[in-house]
Amino acid sequence: MSGQNEHRTMTLKLIVWRQKGPKEAGRFETYVARGITEHHSFLEMLDVVNQDLIKEGQEPITFDHDCREGICGTCSQVINGQPHGGQTRTTVCQLHMRKFKDGDAIYIEPWRARAFPILRDLVVDRSALDRIIQAGGYTSVRTGAAPDGNSILISKEAADYAMDAAECIGCGACVAACPNGAAMLFTGAKVSQLAALPQGQVEARERVNSMIEAMQECGFGNCTNHYECQAACPKGIDVKFIARLNREYLKALMF
Amino acid sequence: MILDGKSPTGPIEQTWDRHRFDMKLVNPANKRKYKILVVGTGLAGASAAASLGELGYNVEAFCYQDSPRRAHSIAAQGGINAAKNYPNDGDSIRRLFYDTVKGGDFRAREADVWRLAQVSNDIIDQCVAQGVPFARDYAGYLDNRSFGGAQVSRTFYARGQTGQQLLLGAYSALMAQVKAGTVKIFPRTEVMDIVLVNGEAKGVTLRDLITGKYRTHVGDAVILCSGGYANVYDLSTMARGASVSANWAAYKKGAYFANPCYTQIHPTCIPQSGDYQSKLTLMSESLRNDGRCWVPRNHGDNRPPNDIPEEDRDYYLERKYPSFGNLAPRDIASRAAKEQCDDGRGVGPGGRGVYLDFRDAINRLGEDTIRERYGNLFEMYELITAENGYKVPMRIYPAPHYAMGGLWVDYNCMSNLPGLFVLGEANFSVHGANRLGASALMQGLADGYFIIPYTIANYLAQTKPGMLKADAPECQASLQEVEARVNKLLSINGKRTVAELHREIGSLMWNNAGMARSEESLKEAIEKIPAIREEFWQNVRIPGAGAELNQQLENAGRVADFLEFGELLCRDALHRRESCGGHFRVEYQTEDGEALRDDENFCYSAAWGFKGVDNEPELHKEPLKFENVELAVRSYK
Repeated sequence: MSGQNEHRTMTLKLIVWRQKGPKEAGRFETYVARGITEHHSFLEMLDVVNQDLIKEGQEPITFDHDCREGICGTCSQVINGQPHGGQTRTTVCQLHMRKFKDGDAIYIEPWRARAFPILRDLVVDRSALDRIIQAGGYTSVRTGAAPDGNSILISKEAADYAMDAAECIGCGACVAACPNGAAMLFTGAKVSQLAALPQGQVEARERVNSMIEAMQECGFGNCTNHYECQAACPKGIDVKFIARLNREYLKALMF
Repeated sequence: MILDGKSPTGPIEQTWDRHRFDMKLVNPANKRKYKILVVGTGLAGASAAASLGELGYNVEAFCYQDSPRRAHSIAAQGGINAAKNYPNDGDSIRRLFYDTVKGGDFRAREADVWRLAQVSNDIIDQCVAQGVPFARDYAGYLDNRSFGGAQVSRTFYARGQTGQQLLLGAYSALMAQVKAGTVKIFPRTEVMDIVLVNGEAKGVTLRDLITGKYRTHVGDAVILCSGGYANVYDLSTMARGASVSANWAAYKKGAYFANPCYTQIHPTCIPQSGDYQSKLTLMSESLRNDGRCWVPRNHGDNRPPNDIPEEDRDYYLERKYPSFGNLAPRDIASRAAKEQCDDGRGVGPGGRGVYLDFRDAINRLGEDTIRERYGNLFEMYELITAENGYKVPMRIYPAPHYAMGGLWVDYNCMSNLPGLFVLGEANFSVHGANRLGASALMQGLADGYFIIPYTIANYLAQTKPGMLKADAPECQASLQEVEARVNKLLSINGKRTVAELHREIGSLMWNNAGMARSEESLKEAIEKIPAIREEFWQNVRIPGAGAELNQQLENAGRVADFLEFGELLCRDALHRRESCGGHFRVEYQTEDGEALRDDENFCYSAAWGFKGVDNEPELHKEPLKFENVELAVRSYK
């Protein structure tokens, strides 16, 4: 089989952001990861380091993770300056150590954005993203009130477009990557998904207005076309959805 | 004790409609006087909390994740079943009901399954209205695909991310209610105890995972939507944080735990590559629509798969089950894969793998079509294995995936403790001994959107609101109990890590109570588990303090519960001297290796009552009656 180098292991130097709590000062600490193979995922590599730290009587590195298959959007680390490590369409949990080589030094930091306060080490508070959705990221259909699914015809093109936008996993990498700490790719994806579908039309105007307002209240910045968000997005969400957000906003202001 | 599931009687087509009429209602002005506590925000929890909020109840929803949107329902890939019969291929509510009862190997309650099939169509409508971007055909109509255990195409899907899209639909409905002020959400909290008043569930005690502080929330009913227990095997397809803990807390307070031995081992997962591995990744069952499972026909055939000619391949599912072929149900497909590997014809490291080959489908339909159907799955496979599934066959192996067992509930989804409702994977109700693909999403949303809003009213209408006050002695006692346990964990300061001990119980469970179990293996596990438990409580090391964000402490609490629960799973498996669905006892099989049921002695659900950690639990039985589907040998040949 290809890629079987079970016996070759790597030793890596990790420079990790440690911060005890939201109000305490943080600092970089250096650790050594030993015995790592190309098949370890990045988080499994951190698991190994943490096991060593616990055995040595030190506090392990706290980091967010859950599904470990790239869909829940929990994991959130800036690796060597890039959210999720910079591999195309890949979350940290799906990043594998075959992308690194023996002796590499790896910098690991939390998401850094005004709207995401650090809770501990690499863990940040992303509840601001929930607040943006609360502002209007839904259709107000009551349970039981829906007509037959096929009574609303949706062209394949529109359904595919909506799905492209809906793939967002809400991890916040777009915010972490943006020099302005903007959440416009996140917000644009939800606005565009619903704007592309007939079900989303009735509330479209109110939706875009309140979601943009919430975005600003939460302390996110605005888009100045760096496109770092798209490059960092593990689901490849396209910046065309930011353009759509702007268009929908303009429409809402004018009509 | 003989348990009564309180199924309505009479013609099954009318049971749910009649029951809905017979149940009591809570008048609109009174709804806001009642507070409902929902634990877990996956498909069942989010849909329940949102729907109850819409009705005007006060709802509080708790999840351990940092946002309700991250619950593990999000990882479901393939689809959701419904009896719409849009393809005109012979589907109906009765057929979905029949397939589900048969798929569950005749170990589920008929009336519950009928209701599930009946409301399945409403779920699709609801999700479409929410803006869930289901796949459409070129004329704009909803598209369907096939799944295991069915001969009709009834599965609705949103690329390979159906669970994500349905959860985001339920999550957005939940967020709308948060804005409306009917629902309050409490992310990053872990429920550790259920508070009872005169035997009725009226509160929960939780730990705030950020501050490490404990609090009790009081209400008028508690709904557990806390998912399944497959992480008892350590390596599974579950999210790392998924646990049995909320269910276990309820069990220790007197709720019965039903059929814990029914665990689903999913056939199409990426094989394990080393000891460091933290999870096994599922590849959607939908892949078996176009992928063909095979192993080399001859022992010791080490040629690269593409060099093995047709006549030297054994398409074992097509050979063994000609009418269902690669779409045989999960339990059967998993056992068949294990059988080939046990026979020494497995592929990949350690011979624990089989091929899932798309060559023929790509030749027939083109790579683009396959990419459109499953592109994200091929991408994921390549990220993990560094192999291109379009060019070389994927390698797959079964892995623990889903819990059919769970807390016992009656037809109203209420446990034996009044006021404690259990929905979705956390309960035991509809999947019997094996769940069919694309039916978990259906059940979670059926329970949350269309069942609990009716059945909880029936309970609340008969209770007075506000029976438990936050400063009541019951709450104080619960807080003390929870805090004492955490302090005990922190004081051990031994030498073993939580992860090591989780791996230890996990591998014991996998080897002794996994895809195949025997009296001998189960007895051995029942003997060994208390020793691991003892080791844990004597020698675990949890760094850090209680009053802070402490992930090791969180994991320790969950593993401590698995160390008790694993024993119950084994006891249930030992007592069930038959094979059915996901429960395969090697002593009970037909000549050709199929599961051999014993309807005379085991046609019941086993519900276990807690009698102390080191004591044997008490067995209660709920006899199962089959009046609409003939109790027959389940065959997919």
